[in-house]
Amino acid sequence: MRGRYGLALTVGGTLVALVLAAALLSLLWTPYDPVRVDAAHRLAGPGGAHLLGTDQFGRDVASRLMTGARTTVFVGVVAVGSAVLLGVPTGIAAGMSRGVLGGLLMRVGDFLLAFPALLLAIMLAAVYGTSTGTAMVAIGIASAPGFARVSRAATLRVMAAEYVDAARLARRGRWSVALRHVLPNIRDVLIVQTSVAFATAVLAEAALSYLGLGTPPPTPSWGRMLLDSQELLFSRPELCLWPGLAVAAAVLGLNLFGDGLRDRFDPTLEGVR
Amino acid sequence: MRFFLRKIAGLLVSAVVASFVVFAFLAVLPGDPAEVALGTNATPDAVAALRHEFGTDRPLVVQYLDWGRGLLHGDFGTSYVTHDLIGPRITDRLGVTCWLAAGGMLVAVLLALPAGVLAAAWHRRAAGTVLSALSQAGIAVPAFLAGILLVYVFAVRAGALPAGGYTPLADDPGEWARHLVLPCLSLGLVQGAVLTRYVRSAVLTVLHQDFLRTARAKGRRRRAALWRHGLPNAAVPVLTVLGLQLSTLLVGAVVVERVFVVPGLGDLLLQGVADRDLLLVQGVVLVLVVAVLVVNVLTDLLYHLADPRLRSR
Repeated sequence: MRGRYGLALTVGGTLVALVLAAALLSLLWTPYDPVRVDAAHRLAGPGGAHLLGTDQFGRDVASRLMTGARTTVFVGVVAVGSAVLLGVPTGIAAGMSRGVLGGLLMRVGDFLLAFPALLLAIMLAAVYGTSTGTAMVAIGIASAPGFARVSRAATLRVMAAEYVDAARLARRGRWSVALRHVLPNIRDVLIVQTSVAFATAVLAEAALSYLGLGTPPPTPSWGRMLLDSQELLFSRPELCLWPGLAVAAAVLGLNLFGDGLRDRFDPTLEGVR
Repeated sequence: MRFFLRKIAGLLVSAVVASFVVFAFLAVLPGDPAEVALGTNATPDAVAALRHEFGTDRPLVVQYLDWGRGLLHGDFGTSYVTHDLIGPRITDRLGVTCWLAAGGMLVAVLLALPAGVLAAAWHRRAAGTVLSALSQAGIAVPAFLAGILLVYVFAVRAGALPAGGYTPLADDPGEWARHLVLPCLSLGLVQGAVLTRYVRSAVLTVLHQDFLRTARAKGRRRRAALWRHGLPNAAVPVLTVLGLQLSTLLVGAVVVERVFVVPGLGDLLLQGVADRDLLLVQGVVLVLVVAVLVVNVLTDLLYHLADPRLRSR
């Protein structure tokens, strides 16, 4: 069975690496300027001078896809990063204290779970206008309870272990236990959760940009490209295909990668799930 | 019984907290609805007068209590932008969104139950792996993308179904259904893919339980044992996921409404954002959040009813 799990990791890792590579490469080089309007070459077909053709403004689709990857990765990294910073300490604190504080923190987390990222982002957009920043904040806040929940559950398991009792008997402080024993032992769970949260963030970012609530034009984003190409569904359907494939490939890659890691870390889960 | 009462009380508290959070979120922001409504050239007197008319010159606590008291009577206030009542606008749209979510759920369940059970029953065969791979791919497709693809296949190429719009049920049931098919499919296919994985893992877990081996030892066929003993036990975890999914569907409907130009709550919400109609946004967000909370509690209760082992607690 090991081979199949290796497959999930390989395929997932490859897809993720491709998106990352496109994003990084776009910082240095894209075939064309992704935002340059070129009226003379509107809706050029794929092949020829433009690998994937041009959109209704004559902008190069391949270049926009690469820059869109950068937007996706940027939003994902900042949003998931802030979710980790918010959620993990909260979860560990809740798991270690177990008292009123722990219960209260988890209550707040449960309540936040009722606020989906999308609603949060829509509220933020109503107040502060649409920007990449509001999208990142909303996705970050909405993903934090997931991290809190997962790290609390994992922390509870670690706290029951004998080595934690030993550390306590050795008069180690709370911080020392948290940093030296809890954090290293819940690392695997957190890595898997990060992969899952990243996939959710990519989906949320695409949906927000599609609704016109994420990254504002002219900066390319996959969701926005989908919105723009939807008008051309009757004449140039393949323009929807590229950004659609990009979103699906990124999410599929992250999900597979997360699954692969989970199986690698926890062989007892084999076959179940 | 005490469990039920506790859940209902929890729901009420959560709903009040939600209303407070939504209000606070939009009230504490910089920017004044009166100034926004009048534009940048307004005189201070005119702004003050409009502020008084809106009631936004009162202390925030009074504003919240006033809004809250109205909510208890189903009064969501009067829009700062369009100057009409928000409540009726929400109730007009709520039905459309509920149809969408319900239809999406139906598609998801009809797809996921057989697919998940088969994927579990065949988990050592190629067919099971193919089903798993398909559901994995389905999860990666956002609902709005599925919507665009479905429009392409069924509206653009086949011309069989409308690409968008909506006809109320009372006007023409046939057209109503025709307009709902694609939006519900795009919501349901994606949710169905997610659900398939949960059904599969629930059934797989059950397949390895002792009681199923006992049933087989008593001479029941594999399929009969699975039907009689396996599926009822697998249903409990699936039910929980189903509840969680219904809330995802409600929110997903917001996006899918945009794809198909369906006049539901999502459409209203985005219109409110575009007009910076904060009271409208406040009302719609609250309705959606409370809907999510209600669904969560109902799921908890159902879960309790479905699993006799939990009832004694």
